[in-house]
Amino acid sequence: MLTLDHLDKVYRTGTFGTSDLHAVRQVSLDVQRGEVVSLIGESGSGKSTIGKLVLHLLDSSGGTITFDGQDVTKLSFRARRDYYRKVQGVFQDPFSSFNPIYKVDRTFETLRRSYFPKVSSGEWRTRLEDALAAVTLEPDDILGKFPHQLSGGQLQRLLIARALLLDIELLVADEIISMLDASTRIDVLNLLGELKARGLGILFVTHDLSLGNYVSDRVVILYKGRVVERGVTNAVFDDPLHPYTRDLLASVPHLDRTWDEVEAEEADRTRLLAGRCLYHEAITAQGRALGEEAEAADGVPDGVGLVEYTPGHFVGCFRKAAEEPCPAGP
Amino acid sequence: MALAVNDLKVWYRTRRGDVKALDGVTFEVADGEIMGVAGESGCGKTTLGKALIRLDTRMKHVGGTVVLDDDELPLADDAAMRRHRYREVSLIPQYAMSAMNPTRKIGRMIKDLLGAHNVRYTDVLPELERRLKLVGLEPDVLKRYPIELSGGMKQRVVLVLSTLLNPSLLIGDEVTSALDVSSQKAVARALVEFRDHGFVKSMIVITHDISVLFQVADTILVMYAGHLAEKAPARTIISDPLHPYTKMLIGALPKVGDRYEEQQLEGIEGRPPSLLEPPAGCRFRARCPLAHDRCAEAPPFREVAPGHHVACWAVS
Repeated sequence: MLTLDHLDKVYRTGTFGTSDLHAVRQVSLDVQRGEVVSLIGESGSGKSTIGKLVLHLLDSSGGTITFDGQDVTKLSFRARRDYYRKVQGVFQDPFSSFNPIYKVDRTFETLRRSYFPKVSSGEWRTRLEDALAAVTLEPDDILGKFPHQLSGGQLQRLLIARALLLDIELLVADEIISMLDASTRIDVLNLLGELKARGLGILFVTHDLSLGNYVSDRVVILYKGRVVERGVTNAVFDDPLHPYTRDLLASVPHLDRTWDEVEAEEADRTRLLAGRCLYHEAITAQGRALGEEAEAADGVPDGVGLVEYTPGHFVGCFRKAAEEPCPAGP
Repeated sequence: MALAVNDLKVWYRTRRGDVKALDGVTFEVADGEIMGVAGESGCGKTTLGKALIRLDTRMKHVGGTVVLDDDELPLADDAAMRRHRYREVSLIPQYAMSAMNPTRKIGRMIKDLLGAHNVRYTDVLPELERRLKLVGLEPDVLKRYPIELSGGMKQRVVLVLSTLLNPSLLIGDEVTSALDVSSQKAVARALVEFRDHGFVKSMIVITHDISVLFQVADTILVMYAGHLAEKAPARTIISDPLHPYTKMLIGALPKVGDRYEEQQLEGIEGRPPSLLEPPAGCRFRARCPLAHDRCAEAPPFREVAPGHHVACWAVS
């Protein structure tokens, strides 16, 4: 449904726009209907930038984003309106998504004015109640209230209900639960699971690995704008291959194992993978010379893709950044 | 006994009445203990941390005592508390790393801070540099501006500077939040190391992230709506919680490995009560599956097993 192909984003930074920040480098991934794909990375990994590019809140610098065969990066202003009927985003801070001086109903009213001017009030009310029921909110508890009278979890679910009113096909959920309390967080996550069952595709952007693991079918691990590893959730979490993914998983505070215990387990894998680069080993096994693919795409590691190490589990070159050497040598 | 808090009540004055954010809490923190405080937003955990060092103008000390190293802290007397602050009790407030003066170099800022407490910068400089190295920072960070450091580095600077005078008690409020997992781990481990080196005798670590507490804390105190729910060794809180609220809270946390398809976790229905006029009795009553008539009376926070305190009638 959604396909990102060699997507690039360069921000101009510095006082006079003199320096470049390469936030997203050659990212390729796809999201299908009825599937949750998690983009996982730390700050500066480009995960939110990708979300914004998909929502066309930013212009890309290269590559394509296609949604059902249509190139999103080249949409005209008018065409974008139709695109937003099918693709919507929900962001981290629910409190700043609402105007505090208006009642929350206004969010729905503006939506109706822009997208459904012909729908009657009675019909609209039914649709609204259906959408609220889908996110397990009672209309009487919610409508007519101001944002400060509702909890973060309720507001976040309201925003999802707003997206559902448009009958969307893809939801970009950018850190939607990181500001919620533990007790309500799980409700929003379960809601994503239900939406998935209804056939929605979800691009779930998060920095929290345990949350990413809970709902997603596939995960994409990003580091400095580059995809270092991606695959079926179980494959990546049970057998992380890339040094960065392994570091990340070893740093997550677990609830059942201490960091020391995790590090002890990790030591075995480190021993096994020391001095190796599975990406380059796979390339050599295919009979291609090292560096060949790098030349073709001018410069490792931006240009190099991923190899399928085991079915459904892709990994990139083990160097972590362009300036670092590959552990397997040149 | 490093810290003994007895029936402490700290309320916020508002135009609509008093918000009973901390309503009669009693607990102890032993020498060398790292106690984690967990709870949802609005449960009073930050108020607890602030109350032990400085009451701001809206906060009112309604009752209770705090004894630190056999010395009662004059909580309500702002001027008298000054003697204890930083030297005996030190606080790393929420967002401390964002509160550094952007126009001052780190070293100059620390010098100003020490000056305010009549300590000469040059006297502590060797120790300062030693401790910076211990948390993995080069001493030349002192010549840098805050903007030149990453979040994790700033948070470690804050940790070093707030413990420079070897306080008896350090309170860290959300010190690992808003950091990436790798920096989070570095800061959390530095906390434990500082206790192990004896730079601070005991610590109260406040966070909403229970999995971080499991990694660093010896004991965990769970708060709910201004009351204490449960306190026990960290491992016990995670594996054998007794209070229904703790059970539901732990149950709502996905572990790495839990999948939506295989096992659906459940949140906690409802919201915490308003603290303007909190209900009498157990404050978790309205959301509790075990609630019965007796819960209209507040359950005492009592020890049910060695080191395991619970406030619930349903726990025998």
